[in-house]
Amino acid sequence: MAVNLKALSAKEPALSAGHRACAGCAAPIVVRQVLMASDKPVVVGSATGCLEVTTSIYPYTAWNVNFIHNAFENSAATISGVEAAFESLKKQGKIDDDINFVAFGGDGGTYDIGFQSLSGAMERGHNMLYVCYDNGAYMNTGIQRSSATPQGANTTTTPAGKVSTGKKQYRKDLAEIMASHHIPYVAQASVSNYRDLIEKAQKAFSIKGPKFLNVLSPCRLGWGFNPENTVDLAQMMVDSCFWPLFEVENGVWKLTYKPKNKPNIEEWMKLQARFKHLFRGEEGKAVIAAAQEEVDKRWEQILARCGETM
Amino acid sequence: MKIRHSLTGNEAMAEAMRQINPDVVAAYPITPQTEIVQLFSNSVADGKVNTEFVTVESEHSAMSATIGASAAGARAMTATSANGLAYMWEVVYIAASMRLPIVMPVVNRALSGPINIHCDHSDTMGARDSGWIQIYSENSQEAYDNLIQAMRVAEHSEIQLPVMVCMDGFIISHGMEVIEMEDDDTVRKFIGEHKANYSLLDVKNPITMGPLDLQDFYFEHKKQQAEAMKNSAAVIRDVAKEWEKLTGRSYDMIEEYRMEDAEIAIVAIGSATGTAKVVIDGLREKGVKAGLVKIRVFRPFPKEEIAKALANTKAVAIMDRAESFADFGGPLFRDIRASLYDHDVRPKMVSYVYGLGGRDVMPEDIASVYADLERLVKGEQLPMLNHLGVRE
Repeated sequence: MAVNLKALSAKEPALSAGHRACAGCAAPIVVRQVLMASDKPVVVGSATGCLEVTTSIYPYTAWNVNFIHNAFENSAATISGVEAAFESLKKQGKIDDDINFVAFGGDGGTYDIGFQSLSGAMERGHNMLYVCYDNGAYMNTGIQRSSATPQGANTTTTPAGKVSTGKKQYRKDLAEIMASHHIPYVAQASVSNYRDLIEKAQKAFSIKGPKFLNVLSPCRLGWGFNPENTVDLAQMMVDSCFWPLFEVENGVWKLTYKPKNKPNIEEWMKLQARFKHLFRGEEGKAVIAAAQEEVDKRWEQILARCGETM
Repeated sequence: MKIRHSLTGNEAMAEAMRQINPDVVAAYPITPQTEIVQLFSNSVADGKVNTEFVTVESEHSAMSATIGASAAGARAMTATSANGLAYMWEVVYIAASMRLPIVMPVVNRALSGPINIHCDHSDTMGARDSGWIQIYSENSQEAYDNLIQAMRVAEHSEIQLPVMVCMDGFIISHGMEVIEMEDDDTVRKFIGEHKANYSLLDVKNPITMGPLDLQDFYFEHKKQQAEAMKNSAAVIRDVAKEWEKLTGRSYDMIEEYRMEDAEIAIVAIGSATGTAKVVIDGLREKGVKAGLVKIRVFRPFPKEEIAKALANTKAVAIMDRAESFADFGGPLFRDIRASLYDHDVRPKMVSYVYGLGGRDVMPEDIASVYADLERLVKGEQLPMLNHLGVRE
């Protein structure tokens, strides 16, 4: 599907300027790019989190489209109900419009507390797109670890200390879990590769049924980097194969981006304050090495699934 | 046209739901509510309703999806019991705060733990401050009538509040009774078309629902919610009058049974009030001036009606089918004591917590309460807080 940036940029954005997200926050960029891809009106839901609190402080709203926030763990269930209402009213001839339904959640609201709600909604087959903006921790409550947090990250609940090197576990692979739901479309994208992201969103909107999109969404505050580096940093993470860009369409895995050079994860880790402690001694080195090994192993798995070689 | 049917409470509720024909039902099974969901899904399977039936993976999602559907302008319902209600707790409050006219049958069951599937009111009593209107039923007939009336109350343009229609688990839900049903057309005309004030599907007039509401507006919104709850009493009465005109079956906030000259009275909720009526008839034959105040609507709380009904009594027993671990009786006891605080003449008032976890309350149990009240009238001292029918 061709992405005509000129035409897209002329569209009125679903999320307007004036929202209160931090400078350098990737989440609003992701939201605007995803919603830009819809050629039908959209109804948007959001889990409690940064996206919701920065865009809908009563009596203001940054949303130019219908928007609902219900609670933290139920963005998927809430939008599934909206979609069910649409299906019912459409069948009864009480509504004419055709609408795309999109639920957003951060990684906390998606990988963790909203996981059951997401799994249920996807299994039931609602015609909706779920988008996770994955910034790798509970950023809204002040940078606590989630199951999406990378290994070794210093968060406020996995602080680096005398006997701690930060988060012990590697991150959960949510895109793979969603692919195992055998829904029509699952993809992983990044704020850095906007053409790829918009194409995936376009494809998702063109398919009837449940769709899931996992998008890398750097958080300048929680990761500790300069706000102007959001996109570059995400690009390095994609290139390092920590965050592969792929899609699974009707069970067929396809790599949508193959980096020309594959830098070590250390290259982007050293640019982020959350990994600073790993560069102070042997213990940190070992964590980086272990995380690198895991990245390489999972990259090999993705390549194999996609029928590719490096 | 009236139709007489032998139905259990669950069947009556499921039939009322079929007649209401909601646009969306999102529900999850839990004993003793399960049958409602099963029976309603038969109506869906046979194309008797236009409902989009969302078979969610939990009660939390049941209420979340119902909220989404209602916010999208659909007439949306769910149903639950006990732990299911507890599991959806967070979103139960949100439904009310978003002013969504959701109607939910709740089949009352003891809240765990220990786990128990039988009747008490610990589930819905815990939700009494959630901002939902609560209507309780004495039997299947009332469950049927209440559910249909609830639709009108919830969707009233000035009210826009969700309603729980409660009935006792097993005792009513699985007890067969002959009830009078109205025909489908009568019910559908009575409830009318649902016209939501706002809808997420109105793409030409976008709205933001569920925004972050901080120190500067939250309080005002809570006050509006409290006002709507206050105003709902008049609507509940009006809808009941209209239903009575149509069906001949009358309802009010409370029901007074032989209270005109009663000296001793019981106040209770749900199926136990039917048992109390039988006991009262027996006592009356012996010349005992016994009466009953049945609470039909618990939220909003009919404080004036109750105070008026009890004004001329000498001693009253308030029966709660829920323990609230306050060492001060159940929730109904405390609300009624508070209702009478400003009155010059106040009856003696004692609390009976009864029937927890489905413990049967037999006519002789109720009779023993009236006997206690007679002793109280005679000047005997009795403990204020009692547990009825419990082994010591």
